[in-house]
Amino acid sequence: MRDYPTIPRHVRIATGVIAAALILLGKLFWIQIINDKYKINADNNAMVYSVIYPTRGLIYDRNGNILVGNEIAYDLMATPSEIEEFDTLALGGILDIPPEYIRERMEYFRQNRRSIGFRSVPFLKKISPEKFALFAEQEYRFPGFSGQARTIRQYPVDAGGNLLGYISEVDADFIKSHDGYKAGDYAGKTGIEATYEKELRGEKGYKIYLRNALNKIESSYKDGEYDKPAVPGNDIYTTIDAGLQQYSQKLMEGKTGSIVAIEPSTGEILTLVSSPGISTGQLADIGAHYTEMANDPDKPMLNRAVQSSYPPGSVFKLVNGLIGLQEGVFTASTRYPCSMGYHFGSHTVGCHNHKSPIDFTEAIQMSCNAYFCYVFRGILENPEYSSAQEAFAQWEKYVRSFGFGEPLHSDIPSETGGNVPSAAYYDRLYGKNRWGATTVLSLAIGQGELGCTPLHIANLCATIANRGHYYTPHIIKDSPGYSIDNRFKERRYTLIDTALFPSVIDGMYDAVNGKQGVTASMAAVEGLDICGKTGTAENPHGKDHSIFVCFAPKDDPKIAVAVYIENGGWGGAWAAPIASLVVEKYLAGQISESRKVLEERMMDKKFVK
Amino acid sequence: MNLAAKLRKADIWLIVCYLVLVIIGWTNIYASIHSDLGGSMFDFGSRAGKQFIWIMVSFSVGAAILIINSKIYEVLSFWAYVATAILLFVTIFIGADIKGSHSWLQLGPVSFQPAELSKITTSLLLASVMSQFGFRLNSSKGILRTALIILIPMLLIIAEKETGSALVYVGFIFMLYREGLPGWILVLGGLFITLFITTLTTSPFVSLLILLGFLAMTYGAFTGRTLRVSLIAAASIALLSFLPGLMRLDVFSGMDLPRPEFILLGLSLAGTAVTGYFAFRKRNSLLAILAGAFIAGAMLVFSVDFIFDNVLQDHQRKRIEVLLGMEEDPTGVGYNVTQSMIAIGSGGLTGKGFLKGTQTAYGFVPEQSTDFIFCTVGEEWGFMGSAVVIALYVLLICRIIMRAEKSAEAFTRIYGYCIACCLFMHFFINIGMTIGLMPVIGIPLPFLSYGGSSLLCFTIMLFIFIALDMRQKR
Repeated sequence: MRDYPTIPRHVRIATGVIAAALILLGKLFWIQIINDKYKINADNNAMVYSVIYPTRGLIYDRNGNILVGNEIAYDLMATPSEIEEFDTLALGGILDIPPEYIRERMEYFRQNRRSIGFRSVPFLKKISPEKFALFAEQEYRFPGFSGQARTIRQYPVDAGGNLLGYISEVDADFIKSHDGYKAGDYAGKTGIEATYEKELRGEKGYKIYLRNALNKIESSYKDGEYDKPAVPGNDIYTTIDAGLQQYSQKLMEGKTGSIVAIEPSTGEILTLVSSPGISTGQLADIGAHYTEMANDPDKPMLNRAVQSSYPPGSVFKLVNGLIGLQEGVFTASTRYPCSMGYHFGSHTVGCHNHKSPIDFTEAIQMSCNAYFCYVFRGILENPEYSSAQEAFAQWEKYVRSFGFGEPLHSDIPSETGGNVPSAAYYDRLYGKNRWGATTVLSLAIGQGELGCTPLHIANLCATIANRGHYYTPHIIKDSPGYSIDNRFKERRYTLIDTALFPSVIDGMYDAVNGKQGVTASMAAVEGLDICGKTGTAENPHGKDHSIFVCFAPKDDPKIAVAVYIENGGWGGAWAAPIASLVVEKYLAGQISESRKVLEERMMDKKFVK
Repeated sequence: MNLAAKLRKADIWLIVCYLVLVIIGWTNIYASIHSDLGGSMFDFGSRAGKQFIWIMVSFSVGAAILIINSKIYEVLSFWAYVATAILLFVTIFIGADIKGSHSWLQLGPVSFQPAELSKITTSLLLASVMSQFGFRLNSSKGILRTALIILIPMLLIIAEKETGSALVYVGFIFMLYREGLPGWILVLGGLFITLFITTLTTSPFVSLLILLGFLAMTYGAFTGRTLRVSLIAAASIALLSFLPGLMRLDVFSGMDLPRPEFILLGLSLAGTAVTGYFAFRKRNSLLAILAGAFIAGAMLVFSVDFIFDNVLQDHQRKRIEVLLGMEEDPTGVGYNVTQSMIAIGSGGLTGKGFLKGTQTAYGFVPEQSTDFIFCTVGEEWGFMGSAVVIALYVLLICRIIMRAEKSAEAFTRIYGYCIACCLFMHFFINIGMTIGLMPVIGIPLPFLSYGGSSLLCFTIMLFIFIALDMRQKR
């Protein structure tokens, strides 16, 4: 071994001691001065942000009645690290829960004690104030348990379940895709609750406390100087008439289909029923009903009024008639013959027995198929256009100007667009120039490739009531703190001259109130001047769908209604009387004595159990 | 001789360090349990109040030690050692069960840890035996006696399941080094610990490479060809380190190759055999030793997994895993360390001020006033305060070493080194543990931590040295 200049061993040892001290100082320098991580953690450690949940905005109907309110419920929170032995039977008795539930929860806490740590976790959710009061008296017997108040939704009337939608606790996906939500928060998932979540939710506040490691609150941080109060959510006023909505829902009990009622002068939706639907009772406790509803073959969660597309049937004759008049292929006084239908080549579009020949008003009154076949042929074979395709393209343009063929862009979520076929579509189907008026003649009477929602049809009715314009239908009104989009306040004109509408309206008036050959006499209500049009949508899967649209009063329309009864057969049979009851209820406030029998019959009729 | 004149000979540096540390400890104990409820530092129901009583007791005992004749320590050392050993042994069976360890004796209202006392008696006996005329540490008899004196209390303490305290005895190796233990033993010890840790945290493969590198450097150092050997060794090790990566290539994916550490072991064992043969032929004892060292090292590396899984206790394994970052677990075993680092880290440069610490006052750090008292220092006094405390310990330890070196008596010198080692181990392990440098080993911070028996024992330990040192200035 080579000789090194000898450093005395005691010096080496002392140097070692100093080196060790420098290592300690180095690490201290790192965690105390350079690295911020520990300072931030310290704040999280000692300060508890106790969330103050805002009260969610209320939802009102058009008359200021509460559709959705709030009530207090309690969540029983458990802090497993502080739970001592307690009388499970007593707790079960107070809260009315089986001891197995308590055992299960305790077992869950035990298994997850690591991840729970000193935190409080829910033990039992949504306890009524009465039950909670019982618990509060006995709270001292159950250390580690405490209550947390929260507001839950409460529904004074069972009206508009499908429209209102439900709120539920946010899940991980929702938190990821939405800002400002944390686990345990609630958010609207469907309907108005979802669409107007931003207005309704309000802003969470917090109180800051200092706590110790056992999660015990020691004091308020700086006397609440930095606390932030919660900002309650904005109230929302809907256009819904709660009474009418409730009444319409009752009429639809036992039937599959929809009722849509619109105030023509504003586009405000007065009633929107989809049956079978969701009751508000189910909304309040969505957790318990969700699976059952999602798996129900009757699809109660489907909002048929905007999500189901049906052929419009004879109701569509109103549109074809207006287009024909506009294009000048006939006039309101043009008379066409009908011999139990329209015959071309070896084919026939059948019709019922009525007088012949008839003019336009009578044709609407009697819903004559043959008349509208003539009209439709006239439109497609109009010599002003070089081909049927060109004429058809023009026809399509008119149809779309009524809002058909695409969503109306109301404020109801997941509205479907329905279908208006295009010339290109038939070119593909039959070959270019290989089709003509007779090929697509079923469109004349609203069958074939046409598809529209009950909302579309109600909107058509409102358009006619307005003599040629409509407002985009909507369910939310201007509310204090929230104004609706301007697009809901714009008049939208169709491509039809407004002067052409009265002859259609006369036909619709006669269809309800006429002397002979009346299609919807059951819809007549004395003094209300209801104008209506029946329809029957052919249904390849079963009995035809019964359709009726109407508005009233004739000269100052206050309400336009569309009723769809799936498998209800002929339009005059069920849809018409139901629609008239809705109109009568809305305009007169009650059903006249003479019509009570009809009302009872409509309510009692059950197509489905 | 008059008393005042006698006391004036006591080393003022040591006394001052001691007093300052004790007072820092007392105020921080008060701060660590302080809450908005208030309460006085002298409230005898509180820990700060109780500590005050113990401080007073310790001062009295310290003063008494300075007054009585210091000759008795040499005389009493053997019997004191035997008595303590018996006490340790008895404690295994009658000690109160505190968190699984049986190291505390309950004497009425006072609980007391014989392991604390045993550090003093072991130091005294070591000093007494090793200062005897004709004692030679490098003789087998000397080594055996020294080892026995250290190992008996160590094993008894391990039997009490208080492994942390036993670890302090490892520190006596520095005293032995001062007294002539060859330096390579220290180096081997360091190598042992390094191999142990790398095997656990990385892989036996890395440990083997380190071992090979170390042996090559040793060979270079002993043959005077440090540079050349280092370069060759570094190049070979660099090449070998590609082996695991190479084995992950697609070419080898089909083959059922042994793990890389076994390939490396095979290669180096072949090399060892060649080296051994060469050493035998050339009568080269250095090469023979290195070959033997490699085999021993390789055995260590491959038995570490076994040691880790079978020798260590569950909670120790956990603590090592957390310390080495092998397991992320902020609420479990690592909770103490995480919380303590948060508390210290949040102190910043100058700290939050006396009684202003949020982490300490609200009890986030467990064992706050005992083993984790340094958290309060770190949080409320910041880096500056921490540095002052560390500087005080360094001053204290270095001053002891200095006075020990100045001593004409071997007994005083050896005893001084013994307590310097004890203080150093406590100081380094305890502070290291609060800032995540060391595993959580529950030993107190001398003079600062709350606890009567600990404070009293450290006081006795230090004051015996001061008393011994006073004899120099006669």
